[in-house]
Amino acid sequence: MSAYFRQFGTAYRFLAVATILLGVLYPLFMFGVGQAVASRQANGSIEQLNGQPAASMLIVQAVPEKDSRFFFPRPSAVKWDPTTSGASNLGPSDPALAKAESDARTAIAAREGVAESAVPLDAVTASASGLDPDISPAYAELQVPRVAKATGLSTAQVEQLVADATNNPVLSLLGQPAVNTTKLNLAVAALLR
Amino acid sequence: MQFSFLSFITQIAVLIVALAAVHRPLGAYLARVADGDRHLRFERWIYKATGVSPDSSQTWKAYARSMVALSVAGVILLYVAQRVQPLLSGGQVAGVDPWVAMNTAISFITNTNWQAYTPESTVGFVIQMAFLAVQNFASAAIGVAVVFALIRGFARKGTDSLGNFWVDMTRLTFRVLLPLAAIAAAVLIVAGIVQNFWPTSVANPLTGVSQTIPGGPVASQEAIKILGTNGGGYFNANSAHPFENPNAFTNIFEVFLLLMIPFSLPYTFGRIVGSKKQGYTILTVMGALWLITESLMAWAIAAWPSLGEGLEQRFGPAASGIFATATTLTSTGAVNAAHDSLPPLAGGMAMFDMMLGEVAPGGVGSGLYGMLVLAIVAVFLGGLMVGRTPEYLGKKIQARHMTLAALYLLVTPVLVITLTGAAVLIPSVVGDAPSQGPHQFSELLYAFTSAANNNGSAFAGLSASDPIISSLINVAMWLGRVLPMLLVLALAGCFAQQEPIPPSPGTLPTYGPLFAGLLGTVAVLFTALNYFPALALGPIAEGTLR
Repeated sequence: MSAYFRQFGTAYRFLAVATILLGVLYPLFMFGVGQAVASRQANGSIEQLNGQPAASMLIVQAVPEKDSRFFFPRPSAVKWDPTTSGASNLGPSDPALAKAESDARTAIAAREGVAESAVPLDAVTASASGLDPDISPAYAELQVPRVAKATGLSTAQVEQLVADATNNPVLSLLGQPAVNTTKLNLAVAALLR
Repeated sequence: MQFSFLSFITQIAVLIVALAAVHRPLGAYLARVADGDRHLRFERWIYKATGVSPDSSQTWKAYARSMVALSVAGVILLYVAQRVQPLLSGGQVAGVDPWVAMNTAISFITNTNWQAYTPESTVGFVIQMAFLAVQNFASAAIGVAVVFALIRGFARKGTDSLGNFWVDMTRLTFRVLLPLAAIAAAVLIVAGIVQNFWPTSVANPLTGVSQTIPGGPVASQEAIKILGTNGGGYFNANSAHPFENPNAFTNIFEVFLLLMIPFSLPYTFGRIVGSKKQGYTILTVMGALWLITESLMAWAIAAWPSLGEGLEQRFGPAASGIFATATTLTSTGAVNAAHDSLPPLAGGMAMFDMMLGEVAPGGVGSGLYGMLVLAIVAVFLGGLMVGRTPEYLGKKIQARHMTLAALYLLVTPVLVITLTGAAVLIPSVVGDAPSQGPHQFSELLYAFTSAANNNGSAFAGLSASDPIISSLINVAMWLGRVLPMLLVLALAGCFAQQEPIPPSPGTLPTYGPLFAGLLGTVAVLFTALNYFPALALGPIAEGTLR
C-alpha cells in the first residue's frame, strides 16, 4: 500500500511540473510567437471599416433580415452568435429537418424571386459550427441581382466582388468552392459608405 | 452540396504521401526515445523535482501502479480545479456543475475528451490551458508509454523489467509531444487560428450588427488536441469552428497530425523488436483498413441525396467524410461536421470505425497495442488452422496470454452493449429525447461506443448532461481505458520473462501478405460478430427504412 502512496506523491509532483511547463509556459510562448509572426491571425483576423474593427474574416456576421443590400449567409443553429457555437444535431431522417429545409427554401425563393428548385442546399441547411461565413458560389450567384438592385451597383461590379471573396483553387480542391459572405459584405459596405 | 470524388482522391493522395514521408524518421526517433540510455539535462532536473530515480526499472505491476496513480491523481486534480473555478478565474467564471466536472475530469484523463460541457460558457482560459490541455499531453503520453512497455516485453527475455513509467512519460512529453505541438501550433496560427487572451468587439456601421469575437489560447490547445488524438475542442463546435479549423488547408493538416504518430509507431515497433518487416506488416494492415473505411464512408456520404445539414461550406462532404473516418479510427473524436446529421450509413461507418477497437491506426499508443493484441489472436487462430505452434516474435503463445488477449478484446464490446442496453431501459433517458425510432437508438449506441473506446465524438443530439447517462458514460470511459491498459501491461510482463524460441519450419511467419490478410480479417470479423445486431437496430435500420 505504501508503494501506492509513494506513486501518488510522484504523480502530483509530475502534474505540478507539467502544469507549469505545458499549461502555462507553452501557451504563453505560442502567444509570443503568434503576436510576433502573425498578429493579425492570432488576434482573430479582424478587418476594419471606417477605421473601426468591423468583423472577423473567419466568422459569420448576420445581416438584418430586411436589409437587401447584402449577401445572406447560411442558417445557423446558434443564431450567428460567436459567443457560442454548435449545430442543429437533427438526425438525417428527422421530420423537423425536412420541414426546416422546406420552409427556408420557400422563404429564399420568394426573397430572391426564383423558383424553389433553384435554391441550393447550403442555403437551407445549418452548418456544424453555426458560425460558417461561407456559402456556395451558386447561392452567391442567386443573390447578385438583388444586391445589385438594392445597392445601385452594376451586376458586373457585384460579380467581381463575389469572385474576390471566393476561395482559391487549391482550397476549393481540398475543400469545396466557397464564397466568404463576411468578406464580401464588407467589400460591398466599403463601396457604399 | 455535392460529394466531389476529385477532392476525395486528391486529399487521400496528399495524406498518403505526407504520412509515408514522415513515418520512418518519426518512428525511428520514437524508438530512440524508448531505447536511449542518456538523460538530457532538463530531464534530470524534472526527475529531481518529481523524486524519480531515472535508472531504476519497474516490473509490470509497478509500471501499472504508476500509470493508475497518475490517472487517479489527474482525475482528482481536474475535478477540484473545475469546482474551484471562481477562485482560479478571479470570479469571472462560475464553478462547474459536479456531474459535469466529474464527467469532464474522467473524459480528459482517459484520452476520451467527451464534452458534456459547453466550453464557451463553462470553462475559462485557466481551466482550458492549465488543466485540460495538460491532460491532452499526459493522456497521449500514457498511451505511448504502455505500448513501449509491451514492445519491450517482446524484445526482452528472462527479465521482470519493462522500463520506468516516469522516464517514459517525461521523454514522451518533452522530447516528442511538446516540440511537435509547438511546430504544429505555429503553423496553425499562421493559417488563421487564434492565440490571444481577450475577446474583440466588432461592429459593422452599415448593417448595425455588433458582435463579440472570442479569443483564447486556441492554437496551442488545438495542436496537442489533434496530435495526441485527444479531441476535446476549445469551442463547442470543435474542429468545425472557424477558429479551430479556418480553412481546407488547416483541415487536411489536422487530419495529417492526428494520423501522424499512430502511423509512425509500427516502424518504432519493428525497429525495437529487430524486424522491420514485422512493423511493416502491422502498418500495412492499419493502412489498408484506413483506406477501406475511408472509401466506404465516401460511398455512404456520396449516395445520400441531400447533403448540407451539419457540414461546413469550406470543407464540404468529401473533406468531412475523411475527417470523420480519421477521427473515429483513431481515439480522437474531434469533429469538423455534426456527426448526428451525417447520412445514416455514414454515421454507422463512424460507429464501425470505433468498434474496430480504434486500431487503424488508432489512438497514439493505444492503436498499436490494440493491433498487437489482435496479432496475438491471429497467430493463435492461424496456429489452430494449420496445426502449428502459435508463437509471435519468438515468444510462445500460451493459455495465460490468450486469456489476457481474450479479456482485452471483450472489455470494450461488453461495456458498449451492456451499457447501451441499460440506457434504453431507463424511462427518463428514452422518454423525452428529441429523436425517435432507430436514430434515437443510434444516438445511445454511438455515445457508449465513443465512451468505451475513448473516442469522444458524439451524436450530439443526445442530452449527455443527464446525471444517469453521465454516470454510465463515466463507467464506460474509465473501464474502457484502464482495464485494457492493465491487461496489456500484464501481457508485457509475461512476454518479458519468456525466453525466445528459435524459429523452426513449424513457425507460422507473422509477416507478409498472408499474415496481414489474416490479421485484417480477424479485426473485421471480431467487430462484425460483436456489434452487427446493434448496428442493425440503429444506423442500418435508419438507412434502409427510408
